[in-house]
Amino acid sequence: MNDQEFDLVIEPGKERRQYIQDLLAYRELFYFLAWRDILVRYKQTLIGIVWSVLRPVILMIVFTVVFKGLARLPSDGAAPYALMVFAAALPWQFFSDSLVKCSQSMVSNSAMVTKIYFPRFIVPASSIIVSIVDFIIALVVLGVLMVWYQHMPGLRFFSIPLFMLLAMAVSLGAGLWFTSLNVWYRDFQYIVPFTTQLMLYVSPVGFSSAIVPEKWRLLYSLNPMVGVIDGFRWAILGGETGLYAPGVMASTLVALTLLVSGMWFFRRTERAFADVI
Amino acid sequence: MKTVIRAEGLSKKYIIGHHFRSVHDTLRDALSAGFRSFISGSGGQKRRLTREEFWALKDIDFEVKEGDRVGIIGKNGAGKSTLLKILSRITEPTKGRALIKGRVASLLEVGTGFHPELTGRENIYLNGSIMGMSRAEITSKYDEIVSFSGVDKFLDTPIKRYSSGMKVRLAFAVAAHLEPEILLVDEVLAVGDYVFQKKSLGKMEDISKQGRTIIFVSHNMPAVTSLCTRAMLLEKGRIVKEGDAVSVVGHYYSGEGNSAASVDFTSAETMPGDDVVRLLRVTVEDQDGKVTNELGIDRPFYITMEYELFKAGHPLGVSVSFHTEDGTYAFWSSDMICEAVNDKRKTPGVYSSRLNVPGNLLNGGVYFLSIAIVNPESLRGNKHCVEKNLLRIHVVDPIYGVRTRGRYVGPYPGAVRPLLEWDVSKLG
Repeated sequence: MNDQEFDLVIEPGKERRQYIQDLLAYRELFYFLAWRDILVRYKQTLIGIVWSVLRPVILMIVFTVVFKGLARLPSDGAAPYALMVFAAALPWQFFSDSLVKCSQSMVSNSAMVTKIYFPRFIVPASSIIVSIVDFIIALVVLGVLMVWYQHMPGLRFFSIPLFMLLAMAVSLGAGLWFTSLNVWYRDFQYIVPFTTQLMLYVSPVGFSSAIVPEKWRLLYSLNPMVGVIDGFRWAILGGETGLYAPGVMASTLVALTLLVSGMWFFRRTERAFADVI
Repeated sequence: MKTVIRAEGLSKKYIIGHHFRSVHDTLRDALSAGFRSFISGSGGQKRRLTREEFWALKDIDFEVKEGDRVGIIGKNGAGKSTLLKILSRITEPTKGRALIKGRVASLLEVGTGFHPELTGRENIYLNGSIMGMSRAEITSKYDEIVSFSGVDKFLDTPIKRYSSGMKVRLAFAVAAHLEPEILLVDEVLAVGDYVFQKKSLGKMEDISKQGRTIIFVSHNMPAVTSLCTRAMLLEKGRIVKEGDAVSVVGHYYSGEGNSAASVDFTSAETMPGDDVVRLLRVTVEDQDGKVTNELGIDRPFYITMEYELFKAGHPLGVSVSFHTEDGTYAFWSSDMICEAVNDKRKTPGVYSSRLNVPGNLLNGGVYFLSIAIVNPESLRGNKHCVEKNLLRIHVVDPIYGVRTRGRYVGPYPGAVRPLLEWDVSKLG
């Protein structure tokens, strides 16, 4: 009997060559894992889904009070300060939630990883789906706020999915690095929340990136969340707020670098996950 | 018959030792190790020297034909689980390759991916999908799964409120409906109660009757011989014996315990023991003084240990342990209960200790005897000699005319079968 009659050949390095086919074959598992995360998210919580609404709203209130009320920072053009903060809180919440979940995903699914085969990429990829659901719920709140402030968005609003893709690239890219490293070094369980906390201060969530001096603007945009947040504000607030194009380009470049290198690192290390985790 | 699995020179290497452990631990170790090697320049090389290679599997070659039920047996660490992990693609081989024809499902642990917060119903879908079933397949088999599991009433309860037995039943029910062409099973039958184990074994037999192939890793030898047609015995990552299940299991046992009724340690080199005491001979005799390891269930028998004492003044305890075929510790007995036993062993010389095992104590079946001579007054039990599974005895249960059975002829569970008194009376 020759080799062609067998369906599957297991040999060192073979797995890499049929990865794409396997990803397609296991796509249902991807849906099921995402579905599980969404179901589990609100089990044993009192107000369930309200949390996805409450967190960006509270962030908005606190930041508005601190940065506008106390620090007296200017808003983006004519837009209400609270709306400006909320436009940033939307992608920010998505980024920080999905990054933390994605970074923990391999370790928290270790029982599966050591017991069955599937393309490991499914785990971090499906872990960010639940944050997308939260994001969509928070979008509804944005709608309510815009009616309240009587702030009509223009056609630019439809560019939001593009900036959302950028945010996903950032959190998946960084998440892939962190989740692989976490398999070897559990230190990253502490590093990741601390990183997102620090990034909240250096990203323009509570203030407009327009207050950053012009000459530092490009350097500042190397933080890929700057491009994401600027893009969201540009799309939502409308008006005369311009988009700082070189900044968005720089952020996009950094985000894509993160994503590609994250995938490379994950693929390079995942074969050993079951032996190390 | 078609070949459905072919392994060619399959090998798996693990790195153990200093470097590997630091990989597991913390970033700090890795950073400091890297820093040290950076400073000294040669540190990297030193680390490479301390690590150790360990071949969990080494050049495994075998073929499995369609419909075969192959048991994989061997001691812990022989490479059984590693082999299953490679066949189920959880881990990659280091060398060699395996060719597989047909859909593979692996039951390395039932209930993989069960989430405690989700209900029974939700977990059936989740677990089924993790095991490789499509949603349509799960839906079509859903009713069967539920009725097999027997937890119908609790389908909307989160499984964190299930008993462990219920969880296992639900998990096995999903696994049993996978319908793969090749099923890889690892010790799942070790869980659950007796009735459920029977049910699981029955289900696996059904699966194999449908012409599917089963690879079964187990320590449960009766299950291997009853379920499998063929078996492979692994030892230190290599196949040492391959053939029909009964003869391979027999070979495994013969390596585990001598089938003779007496063991003579003839030369001084092979005599177990130390400079205080050495074991010379162990003999099993029936009631009539005949040396045999076929013993009637209701008859007493004797185990005689002969040993030579070289130094006086060492308190000794000579003991025998009885283990059943599946590794259950039945009981232990020592001559230390014999009155003033060590006053009788004051001077060097050859001694014997004889254990009198009454009839109607052991259950029918195979027992392994381990012999030990220890210092009973040392808390750590200073051991002069320990001979594990030195002898094998077969307790014969003729079923009819046995007092512990009365008129009962069915299976008799338990590691021992004492004859106890019963009172039955009419109360009204």
